[in-house]
Amino acid sequence: MFDKERIKEIEKQRERWENTTLPKWISHHPERRKEFRNHSGMQIKRVYTPEDIQEMDYMRDLGFPGEYPFTRGLHATMYRGRIWTMRMFAGYGTAEDTNKRFKYLLSEGETGLSTAFDYPTIMGYDSDHPMARGEVGVCGVAVSSLKDMEILFDGIPLDKVTTSMTINGPASTLLAMYVAVGDKQGVPREKLGGTTQNDNLKEFFAQKLCIFPPKPSLKLSTDVIEYCARHLPKWNPISISGYHIREAGATALQELAFTLYDGIAYVESTLERGLKVDDFAPRLSFFFASHNDFFEEIAKFRAARRLWAKIMKERFHAKNPRSMWMRMHVQTSGCTLTAQQPLNNIVRTTIQALAAVLGGTQSLHTNSFDEALCLPTEEAVRVALRTQQIIAYESGVADTVDPLAGSYYIEALTNEMEEKAMEYIQKIDDMGGAIAAIEKGFFQKEIANSAYRYQREIDEKKRIIVGVNEYTIKGEEEYPLKILRVDPKVEEEQIARLQKVKRERDNRKVKEVLEKLHYAAEKDENLMPTIIEAVKAYATLGEITEVLRKVYGEYKELIVI
Amino acid sequence: MQSTRKIRVLIAKPGLDSHDRGAKVVARALRDAGMEVIYTGLRQTPEQIVETALQEDVDVIGLSILSGAHKALFPRIMELIKEKGLTDVMVFAGGIIPEEDIPELKKIGIKEVFGPGTPTDKIIKFVLENLPKRT
Repeated sequence: MFDKERIKEIEKQRERWENTTLPKWISHHPERRKEFRNHSGMQIKRVYTPEDIQEMDYMRDLGFPGEYPFTRGLHATMYRGRIWTMRMFAGYGTAEDTNKRFKYLLSEGETGLSTAFDYPTIMGYDSDHPMARGEVGVCGVAVSSLKDMEILFDGIPLDKVTTSMTINGPASTLLAMYVAVGDKQGVPREKLGGTTQNDNLKEFFAQKLCIFPPKPSLKLSTDVIEYCARHLPKWNPISISGYHIREAGATALQELAFTLYDGIAYVESTLERGLKVDDFAPRLSFFFASHNDFFEEIAKFRAARRLWAKIMKERFHAKNPRSMWMRMHVQTSGCTLTAQQPLNNIVRTTIQALAAVLGGTQSLHTNSFDEALCLPTEEAVRVALRTQQIIAYESGVADTVDPLAGSYYIEALTNEMEEKAMEYIQKIDDMGGAIAAIEKGFFQKEIANSAYRYQREIDEKKRIIVGVNEYTIKGEEEYPLKILRVDPKVEEEQIARLQKVKRERDNRKVKEVLEKLHYAAEKDENLMPTIIEAVKAYATLGEITEVLRKVYGEYKELIVI
Repeated sequence: MQSTRKIRVLIAKPGLDSHDRGAKVVARALRDAGMEVIYTGLRQTPEQIVETALQEDVDVIGLSILSGAHKALFPRIMELIKEKGLTDVMVFAGGIIPEEDIPELKKIGIKEVFGPGTPTDKIIKFVLENLPKRT
């Protein structure tokens, strides 16, 4: 980028500056800290210059938006053409409650749906299972049978919206239900658009909502990828997720490296099914967190895009540029929200959302300010959505592509993120891959260490959290928050509906199809077609998962503190 | 003899939620403060928690929950504790628990509830100051 002579001159001038202007200033105005580091532990320099990116080659490392290596963005015009998708995660109570929230969000200008399921659903239990007590509809919507799914999307034409579903272990069953609803609405399958999270690997060390052991879990994820490649061309079968890795305590760098490694594992596992990389890779999607350190996050997003493009091209020999696209959804970081002075969270979320936009995300969820206390109220969700709209339409940041490119700091940090992530990837390769690393507890230990270090830094005030360890209010009188609560009646209503479904369906047919599923699982077939058949017969999520539990066994947590 | 015994703490996660970051950080902080910490992992039923407390002969139980099911699960745990005669065990809790639920939880015997943002030092201090006397 710079010729050698110029760099030499800059170096000379920097040395001069360091010996004259700088010491004179510092002697009267010492710096706030002896050293500055970001969350990933990278040392941040006082000032960055062309020297820090002297090796950079514009065409090789950045290129133009919409072209390899996609550092500057996946699309040629980025947000000048279309603003990112504003996708707010929602779900609570009964299917009726969430259906209402969906319609409200759509009427307020949201452009894509995103479904939160309750814990019993996520763990593959029906609402009447003993483990579901007190949890039905509390942290998401309860879905036990196709009946619930029909109500959830009632009056929402599935060819007009795209729907993201945060579901992993039982992803195939929920996707099957969505397909069944689409069939009932008369929407052709090739028009169904949306995403299933379906990233079972990260469950073992990040979100920890595991049902089955690692190997069958990877098999189930791969089933969905393979089925979608063959039958649901507009569906993103997987959202390879760093978000939960981050929220569990990982640094930005660990989030980046571990997520990309999971991506590698899914590609390898799908290739084993006999598909070619370009048959399915264009539909792989990613999901990251955006935390507090503004520039670190932007560098992470840019590095992630470039590194994935290189991996797909060099490691997997993809030919289709779309296979090299890292399409990403970003959510602002839930764990940065404070219960103290909750309105401050609006500001945090704004900064994080801005980083995601400057990092070139395709879709964004902004958290609500009350989420450290409860599920978000309608008012809080509106402010969060408005935050995105203000960034999109008032701030001007969406008017040019990748505006921070060329910043000495951003580019140096993007390079460092990529290099260090590659070191982790090499290390995990040497360990024998993702499943081996999970079984050794490698990811778990790395993340637990980072989480503990982060908390120590806060406790020791090495890291300031406004309103928590500094600038606190005595007695916390604070903003009177309205808290959203889920009516305990939801559990009763949901169980009543489930029992009605079980009474009214053809139980002989259910028994038959569940036996067929058992057989298919033992034969190691792709289970998607049989699961679609099962949900259409109103076999419940719990019944389907129970069959698989019998075949695959249950995961026993590897405890790493 | 008593003075040489390390304080034994059970950190337990009832409910289906899997947010174990807080539980693990607290477990490690208490361990670093010299206590014997038993962490049993996710999704423990009230019965499992109380059984472990009994088996491990703990002095303190720390319950962590973020799913919102505390109102259904905590009373059951406290009931079982009484049933098993573990009345000299001190119980505290943490997680996402609305302020307005706290008085009710204290009434059933939960000594303290820590919300998000609590420094670990505060929890250590609390445990040391509220340690039950063993008879």
